[in-house]
Amino acid sequence: MGTDISISARNVIKDFGSFRALDDISLEIHKNEFFTLLGPSGCGKTTLLRLIAGFEVPTRGHIELSGQDITNVPPFRRPVNTVFQSYALFPHLTCAQNIGFGLARLGRGKSEIDEVVRRMLKLVKLEELASRKPHQLSGGQQQRVALARALAPAPELLLLDEPLSALDQKLRKGMQIELKRLQRETGVTFIFVTHDQEEALTMSDRIGVMSDGLLQQVGTPREIYNHPANRFVADFIGESNFLAAGVGDTAGEYTAVALDCGYRHRVPASRQLQPGDSVVAAIRPESLVLTDSGAEDSIAATVTDAIYFGTDTHCHVELDNREALVIRLQNARVDRVDLNPGSRVGVRFDPDAIQVLGD
Amino acid sequence: MPDTDNSDRLERKRGREAWRVRAFTIGPAAAMLILLTLLPLGLMVYISLQERDWSGSVIWGNYSFEAYIRFIFERKLDDSLQLNADYVRIFARSFWLSLLTTGLSLLVGFPTALFIATRPPRWRATLVFLTTVPFWTNLLVRNYAWILLLRDTGPINAGLQELGVIDEPLAMLYTNFAVSVGLTYSFLPFMVLPIYAAMEKMDFRLVEASFDLYATRLQTLWQVMIPAAWPGIIAGCILVFVPCLGSYVTPALLGGGKSMMVGNLIGLQFGAARNWPFGAALGFALLTLILLSMLFYVFKVRPEENR
Repeated sequence: MGTDISISARNVIKDFGSFRALDDISLEIHKNEFFTLLGPSGCGKTTLLRLIAGFEVPTRGHIELSGQDITNVPPFRRPVNTVFQSYALFPHLTCAQNIGFGLARLGRGKSEIDEVVRRMLKLVKLEELASRKPHQLSGGQQQRVALARALAPAPELLLLDEPLSALDQKLRKGMQIELKRLQRETGVTFIFVTHDQEEALTMSDRIGVMSDGLLQQVGTPREIYNHPANRFVADFIGESNFLAAGVGDTAGEYTAVALDCGYRHRVPASRQLQPGDSVVAAIRPESLVLTDSGAEDSIAATVTDAIYFGTDTHCHVELDNREALVIRLQNARVDRVDLNPGSRVGVRFDPDAIQVLGD
Repeated sequence: MPDTDNSDRLERKRGREAWRVRAFTIGPAAAMLILLTLLPLGLMVYISLQERDWSGSVIWGNYSFEAYIRFIFERKLDDSLQLNADYVRIFARSFWLSLLTTGLSLLVGFPTALFIATRPPRWRATLVFLTTVPFWTNLLVRNYAWILLLRDTGPINAGLQELGVIDEPLAMLYTNFAVSVGLTYSFLPFMVLPIYAAMEKMDFRLVEASFDLYATRLQTLWQVMIPAAWPGIIAGCILVFVPCLGSYVTPALLGGGKSMMVGNLIGLQFGAARNWPFGAALGFALLTLILLSMLFYVFKVRPEENR
């Protein structure tokens, strides 16, 4: 155990009655890390966050903060602060009083509280709104007060429970950049919960993908996007085409994988792939190339639909074995191929962009 | 220009109609107010300023401040005035007993309201309904029940003696304590319901936020929950304090002669003592006391609420 571990969960299980919300979660988050828990609603990510905050106690397992077991420590004794999804600002207190709340409870002196509150207001750029009540602020401003309030006591760990979900698209983009800046400037470990994969990919140092109470994969955004561990991750992060395939023989370092549509692929040999296994090939829509029908190395297909999206066009095609594919084409290069429904085209695969996953 | 003329007439007609609608809608309420509040109040003030003949009936038209003088002074046989604090003392006792009752109701009512507000929603309606159960029994019957409980040979004294806590029965009945307990029991729902209404609207995530920001349970209660319940607490205190000041049945039954409250004194003047002007003057004094309390609330307590 290095000293750079901020929080670790060891075999954490959480049951609500007969429902298992978290199933044997083990996870280590480093100091100064921007870690995102990503998953669809009901996957257990908020439950994990509440266990770390101390609002819930795990049914089994341990939670350690900087090497110390805090499993049964009440929330008001943990150096962990939360930014709530609904902000949960105290309505009877001003912005400044809200931000100073934690420090006041820790028994800090008035001059120190005033000092920190002023610094926090500056950090979130709300200096002129110090004496306003929460209901006099816009959603984005409330959001920033909630952030300042959670950062003011200088916690070791900041938990953010879908803090951007109540903001509109444009404000959300701005806050994403702001959050990243705050994390860099304060050096606090952030654990960010979201169901928005784009948010997770753009902000995080590492992502933990969850579903059904299980941690599906932990890795950098690049690892998770390019090398999803299973079909769920490949499908949830970005878009993927899934094509049926079968494992063939191994020759030397490589194992042959034959896609049902006729494409021959090969992957580094591994014990997990046995001849005769049926597997799935996951292919990102942007890694496919659309060519003229009958072009070299291409699989024949028929265009079924083409949807214009501004920067690019999503072309839906059907392969000759009736499997469907989506191909994302940048609009600058679209005009070379006829995209009218029914026209014959060719699809070219990039062997480096094919992920072979267990079915 | 006939067109303008026409629209002018239309305007005036519409104005008259609007006035008629307004008179029709406000009228009944205004009539109620005048007939049932202002008129009796005026009558009371008028009677309080009348002379009273030896048999106790009001001599209409003979104005006198005698009733108000009597409130503070006692008229000796030689017509000289001597300070008499008896009535003021009854007012003071009513005031303190009402404050005590309000305090006790708050002490019992706040945890009750908090308990109800933290139950699952499907239980809350039932629990609120249950707090009104005592009202199903007549006030008189409930107060007699307290007599049975509090008297020297009642179950409380008997139980304590049986357990060896006390040797002699505690004199609980016919004391200020008995009156306050009886009043608290009677008015408790008026404290519970407004506080519950305020607590129910509270976002309990605020409590989590408070715990998260290093507040202990007690600090959370003071810093987050009481401020959230504040409007309900104020409403509850007014709803208990004001009717308490004028209560009649409970002090009459549980207080005996020693713990007389304003309500009983007024009742006495209109009944056995047959001194209507004095009774009316006392009623007016009570009204003033309540009004002053409310003014105190508006100017001293309310600003805190908006702090």
